[in-house]
Amino acid sequence: MSTETEAAIAPEIDLSAIEEIIEPYLGKKEMVIPVLQKVQEHFGFLPRPAMEEVSRLMRIPLSRLYGVATFYAQFKMKPRGRYIIRVCKGTACHIQGSPKIADRIEETLGLQSGETTDDLRFTLEEVACIGACALAPVIMINDEPHGRLTPDKIKDILDSYE
Amino acid sequence: MYEKHLMICGATGCLSSGSQSVEQALIEELEKRGIRDNYRLVMGGCPGFCEVGPIIVIYPDEVLYCRLKPKHMAELVEKHLVGGEIVEKLLYKGPDVDVPARFYDTIPFYAKQKFNVLRNSGIIDPESIDEYIMRGGYRAFTRSLEMEPAAICEEVKSAGLRGRGGAGFSTGLKWEFTLNAVGQKKYVVCNADEGDPGAFMDRSILEGDPHAILEGMLICGRAIGANEGYVYCRAEYPLAIKRLKIAISKAEEYGLLGENILGYNYNFKINIKEGAGAFVCGEETALLASIEGKRGMPRPRPPFPAQSGLFGKPTTINNVETLANIPLIVKEGGAVEFASVGTEGSKGTKVFALAGKIRNTGLCEVPMGITIREIIYDVGGGIKGGRDFKAVQAGGPSGGCIPAEQLDLPIDYDSLNKAGAIMGSGGLVVMDERTCMVDLARYFLSFTQKESCGKCTPCREGTKRMLEILNRITEGEGKPEDLDILDSMAYSIKDSSLCGLGQTCPNPVLSTIRYFRHEYEEHINNKFCRAGVCKALFNYKIDPETCTGCTVCARACPVDAISGEKKLPHEINLDLCTNCGSCIEKCRFDAIIIKPVGREADVSN
Repeated sequence: MSTETEAAIAPEIDLSAIEEIIEPYLGKKEMVIPVLQKVQEHFGFLPRPAMEEVSRLMRIPLSRLYGVATFYAQFKMKPRGRYIIRVCKGTACHIQGSPKIADRIEETLGLQSGETTDDLRFTLEEVACIGACALAPVIMINDEPHGRLTPDKIKDILDSYE
Repeated sequence: MYEKHLMICGATGCLSSGSQSVEQALIEELEKRGIRDNYRLVMGGCPGFCEVGPIIVIYPDEVLYCRLKPKHMAELVEKHLVGGEIVEKLLYKGPDVDVPARFYDTIPFYAKQKFNVLRNSGIIDPESIDEYIMRGGYRAFTRSLEMEPAAICEEVKSAGLRGRGGAGFSTGLKWEFTLNAVGQKKYVVCNADEGDPGAFMDRSILEGDPHAILEGMLICGRAIGANEGYVYCRAEYPLAIKRLKIAISKAEEYGLLGENILGYNYNFKINIKEGAGAFVCGEETALLASIEGKRGMPRPRPPFPAQSGLFGKPTTINNVETLANIPLIVKEGGAVEFASVGTEGSKGTKVFALAGKIRNTGLCEVPMGITIREIIYDVGGGIKGGRDFKAVQAGGPSGGCIPAEQLDLPIDYDSLNKAGAIMGSGGLVVMDERTCMVDLARYFLSFTQKESCGKCTPCREGTKRMLEILNRITEGEGKPEDLDILDSMAYSIKDSSLCGLGQTCPNPVLSTIRYFRHEYEEHINNKFCRAGVCKALFNYKIDPETCTGCTVCARACPVDAISGEKKLPHEINLDLCTNCGSCIEKCRFDAIIIKPVGREADVSN
């Protein structure tokens, strides 16, 4: 996802939702993480204008806000696809062959981890552990887990997400 | 009035094997027959046996059906629910039973288990507070309301409970420190930021028995003089968070949370904070920073959280499994009962997550002191595919591996420490001869290196340098002096890092060097990875003697590197082969062998 695309999307975003999100948390600076989680839920990522608005309303310097947001893996600074593929990189998945699963997904979609397809269909991410170790190797697509994978199964799974 | 209760496992393991579509099919079948209302369906907690999921347990008949598919539901309804006859083909079968096993008591996976923490999981409806209460829930809490705070701490101390999250510090002592700390406002924090890759017991407890955690926190609050608690839970566990929220609102409704609880002069409220994805937040001071809305970075101790914790107030931080043990200890006579199980230094039971190359993957709860052999062979059913056991990784990225020679090691805090591993949160990842120990060490270090918060130099820089060396070794560029450098860096990082992440992250490297030094040397000196994992360090070859010419490998090869006539030995074109391993996975005759690069003559496998 190039910076131009992000800039093209950014001016159109409607910031009015942010005020509503922040309302219950006004004056509670310790609630900044839940606020960012809700803002991200709304926009799919954390656009710069939204960050500026959060900074203004919560009276937290923008630098500190970015400091928090970039620390945690959950927060994304770029737009993401409709379907988020999370490849589990946990131990059990690793020794059961998750690198081969990741390779196959990367080949099939032409993406590296952290990237999004141009049509905003898929974003590929890595996650430390999904907690479904018994079914390793596992991926999650949005909230649906897919377990006991082999590279051959990848294409059919991806095709089922339009 | 329901005729039967059907508990459908709704935990992540079974969900990924399709329990939701099984439930859907079951509901459709029942509705078709107009008997939906006669049965209570509970998408409940987890019986732990993920390997054979999706699982449905039927009460009061005490029948456990496993490996279910939607197409089985018509038969299950017709035969069992309507006809009252057990559907034998859906019972547990395996090499460890002669006849299909019908319930927990005859399935070997459960034979050596003892359910304390998992006592309600898979039995009660996690969204019903009444069922928790009927199973004796909140009785320990009401007892604690009549006790002096110091007496509660004393009881937990006398039970010998040690923290289940990592280092194994005495829970009662931790409480006592917070009780004795000066301050009006104190906090209880439940660490549910289960980040160890390979462990999922906290998730299962939260999803299967959330009230046990609330009760544990209420008792802790009573013992240390706190009136507010936080559960810090990973955002990756949405079901756990949902069930906690339901449990909290039910407990409030029942007057078990809030002001003047049960008429006593005790107030307590519980907040949920969702973690945002940072492994280091499992470290207590980092977790507190994260709750305060900051970057989750640890700080030096002292002061310990018991003196100055959340928002600068005295705070007790306990892990999920630790808190789930509390109601059992604080109930009448519970401390003595708890201490009667386990070893001298490690009391009670421990939940382990079995994963990797083991036949029975899932969760098991066993008495402390059980041997690794018993867990792997009796509970776990041995190694998948009949291969040889090589090692088990205990304690995740902070732990170490335990090799085959030490299979009879009893599992308790002290024995594991001595062997170079740790109890950690209880992840046990089993490895066979196809696991490369150098790659494993590299994997763990790449994990901790990425998760290092960057605050202290030894961890930030040290993990990076060590990882570079390990990358080199696995790519065939290792040097003989590398092992000594790794060893000395590991100790420097352990000694000088700020928090538990840095202090323990060299453990996997140290323990693999300790037990599998020859594998490192083979990578460095002979440029050979005999496990067939490090792609630059081996080639595949088809053994013409064993190959039957079945063509399965040729069809599996994604780059068409395998050729040969049907029923004649096949061959691999090494110029095309990418070492992807598709062929060796598919070959049923073990005809594909792993051999060193470029030495045609030496097939010394």
